[in-house]
Amino acid sequence: MAALVRLETRLSRLREEYFLKNRSVDEDRKIVYKAAVKIQSWFRGCRVRAYLRYLNKMAISIQKWWRGYQSRRYFRKMIKTAYFIMKMNFYNEMAVRIQKRWRGYYVRKYTHNYYALKKYLEAISLNNEIVRNELQEYAEMNEKKKKKKDLEKKEKEKKYKARKMHYLLSTEQIAGIYNSPFRKFPDPMELLLRQSKPLSHRQQQPKSPFTYDLYDWPTCKRPPAFPTGEPLPPIGRQKPQGPFRDAAEVLRQRYKPLEPTLRVAASISSPLEKAREEMKREEWRKCIHDNEFLPFSSYHKNEKYELSIHASEKIGKETYGIKHFREVQPNKWIAGKDFQTVLPSIVLFEKFGKTYSKAGQIV
Amino acid sequence: MFEYTIFLCVILFFFIFQLFSTHEKMSRKTAVLQQCCPRANFISVEHLRFLQALITWKSVISLLRPLLLDVVPTIQQTAALALGRLAYFNDDLAEAVVKEDILPQLVCSLSEQNRFYKKAAAFVLRAVGKHSPQLAQAIVECGALEALVICLEDFDPGVKEGAAWALGYIARHNSELSQAVVDAGAVPLLVLCIQEPEIALKRIAASTLSDISKHSPELAQTVVDAGAIAYLAQMILNPDAKLKCQVLSALSQIAKHSVDLAELVVEAEIFPVVLTCMKDSDEYVKKNGATLIREIAKHSPELSQFIVNAGGVAAVIDCIGSCKGTVRLPGIMMLGYVAAHSENLSMAVIVSKGIPPLCTCLLEEHEDHIKAAAAWALGQIGRHTPEHARAVAETNVLGTLLSMYMDIRSSEDLQLKAKRALKNILQKCTYLPALEPLLHDAPPNIMKHIVGQFSKVLPHDSKARRLFVTSGGLKKVQEIKAEPGSLLQEYINTINNCYPEEVVRYYSPGYSEMLLERVENYQPVL
Repeated sequence: MAALVRLETRLSRLREEYFLKNRSVDEDRKIVYKAAVKIQSWFRGCRVRAYLRYLNKMAISIQKWWRGYQSRRYFRKMIKTAYFIMKMNFYNEMAVRIQKRWRGYYVRKYTHNYYALKKYLEAISLNNEIVRNELQEYAEMNEKKKKKKDLEKKEKEKKYKARKMHYLLSTEQIAGIYNSPFRKFPDPMELLLRQSKPLSHRQQQPKSPFTYDLYDWPTCKRPPAFPTGEPLPPIGRQKPQGPFRDAAEVLRQRYKPLEPTLRVAASISSPLEKAREEMKREEWRKCIHDNEFLPFSSYHKNEKYELSIHASEKIGKETYGIKHFREVQPNKWIAGKDFQTVLPSIVLFEKFGKTYSKAGQIV
Repeated sequence: MFEYTIFLCVILFFFIFQLFSTHEKMSRKTAVLQQCCPRANFISVEHLRFLQALITWKSVISLLRPLLLDVVPTIQQTAALALGRLAYFNDDLAEAVVKEDILPQLVCSLSEQNRFYKKAAAFVLRAVGKHSPQLAQAIVECGALEALVICLEDFDPGVKEGAAWALGYIARHNSELSQAVVDAGAVPLLVLCIQEPEIALKRIAASTLSDISKHSPELAQTVVDAGAIAYLAQMILNPDAKLKCQVLSALSQIAKHSVDLAELVVEAEIFPVVLTCMKDSDEYVKKNGATLIREIAKHSPELSQFIVNAGGVAAVIDCIGSCKGTVRLPGIMMLGYVAAHSENLSMAVIVSKGIPPLCTCLLEEHEDHIKAAAAWALGQIGRHTPEHARAVAETNVLGTLLSMYMDIRSSEDLQLKAKRALKNILQKCTYLPALEPLLHDAPPNIMKHIVGQFSKVLPHDSKARRLFVTSGGLKKVQEIKAEPGSLLQEYINTINNCYPEEVVRYYSPGYSEMLLERVENYQPVL
């Protein structure tokens, strides 16, 4: 009840209060509305910002995670390559060590082998000695040959001279110039003269024009001996024996007719022989056939009877000589057609006189 | 004598003129022409020149030309011979022969006539072709090569010889002419000619092959393909000296072009037969044999090794020792080539006692090019290692080389080769007794090498240091003026550092004056 009293007291003011309240509310409405909008917008902004922040954080987180993953991958790769390089370096170094050792060994043993080189050089000097000796021998041999040739030439000249000067030989009465009585023994020239045969006055054979060397052709002093129609000297130049008989006489003798003696003219065989021969000839002439006359035996029992000429021919007139003039026997022919009258030429003979180059003409 | 021959000639020519114009008897013509030929011989060259001025022989040539077409074969032959002799002496006359169009006539009749005419015609072609490449070209242009090649197939060896000789003279000049000769098909026929029994024919065929193959490797290959090497190798054993000369020259011309050709020549088993040629009595055989070995040795170390193993080096060294003059040159060059290939070969040369003949060569010879070759060979021997350099230096040849380098009269080539050889040897030489005499007269560019060598050896060898001081070397070194900072100065410093300071100061120039100055400035302490 008290409340109600209170309320009745306030009742008069209620309307005003109510109106005032509504008016103040109305008046504040814009402001309140704007404030509410502000508050709301701010709140929304907060919310959105919070959302964006959240999104950001998430994106960062994803990227972070992704980047870490990539880098770790890359890092692993780097490590692998670094490891690989390290390994390769190590291997290279080891290989270098091995090669170093090997090359040193090889070079020392084979390429720059001091002892082998020494042996080689010794072998070379030995070989040189041998070669020098052999060449020396060869040179000496040549020298000897040359000397021998010279000596022989000199000997030949001496002998030829001795033959030419044979007349200087000493005789019984007169001592030659090489056999002085004041010497103990004759000069060797004297002995040579004694041994040599005198040289006869035979003409030297004319030198053939082809013997001199064409090497000296432009400076040769003699004109070339071209054949100028000189006849060759006769063969066998001994003096012919004489005196000769008259030619007519010789011919008469040569062509004299035969004059046989009686003994030569008559035949050797006696008349009896001659008569025998005569008989034989008659027999031979008269003989009809050559078959021997055989005694009666069965030898010729199976002899075939030979027809006579008349019987062996066919009856009728002979065509040979009337109808045809050439006898033919076709069963005896070996080929169906006539022999070739013109024979194929022989290849080899065709070439005769043509293949050999006549001063180089090519066929 | 001179006037007499002129008088005779004039009379002769009148006589000739009369004869030819009145158609006298054949025997007279022959006799006159035969007289003409010896006259052409007895007239000496000076007379000939005079006669050229007096009577033009060209008119003689035009006179001789119709005689070539004469009926009588003897006249033809003698006329051809006369033409050949005229052309042989002088190249103007040879040109005149070409201008008068005689060559086509000769070529035509080469194929038809008998062998004497062929010989004479081949002689004319040879005489014309010998003088110059242009004349040889003229011969080729008138188709003489085919005719000559046909002559090579003839039965008579004299004809073959004449034809081969003419081809050789043509091919000698240059490689185009050689190629023309080869294209005419001469090479197989020449190889057949080599197998003939006549020595003169063999000689000429070998010389022709040599002339053909000397120009280029292709031509040499052509000659080799015809199978020439085997026959040439067989003929080395022939006792005739001139033949051996030509054969060796042919083989060396083939071998000089390339390694393959040289190997082919070696495969024909010429070693060790060729070494006997080095002992032949004829000088030119020795020279050509040495040339052949040189051409083979220069290509590769293997070939040089082969030659050394066969004892070739010893033979060549003996040959050098026994000859004088240009005959030695190929042998010297051969030693140089062998030594240049490798140090083992160089040592082989040293062991075969190769250095003394080279030193005697250097001292005795008068020609500069031989001395240059000897210097080069010594340089090649000594440049490999200190051992080699020592072997060369022990013979005291370094002083000779230096004097040759310094001599103004020696040719440029000799100076250059001596300097190079000296440098090469000095850069490896550690044999100090040989280096010391050089200290005194060497020019600066050589001096630095010498001093350099000293600076390398002295720090390690105390005996050498002592010897260096006592022989006056240190004094000399102090006297050398070098630019500071140059290599020479560095070497000098190195040497000075080997010795204690007082010694260096003692030997420096002007030390005595310095001492005397000190004496002067000294205040005695009483």
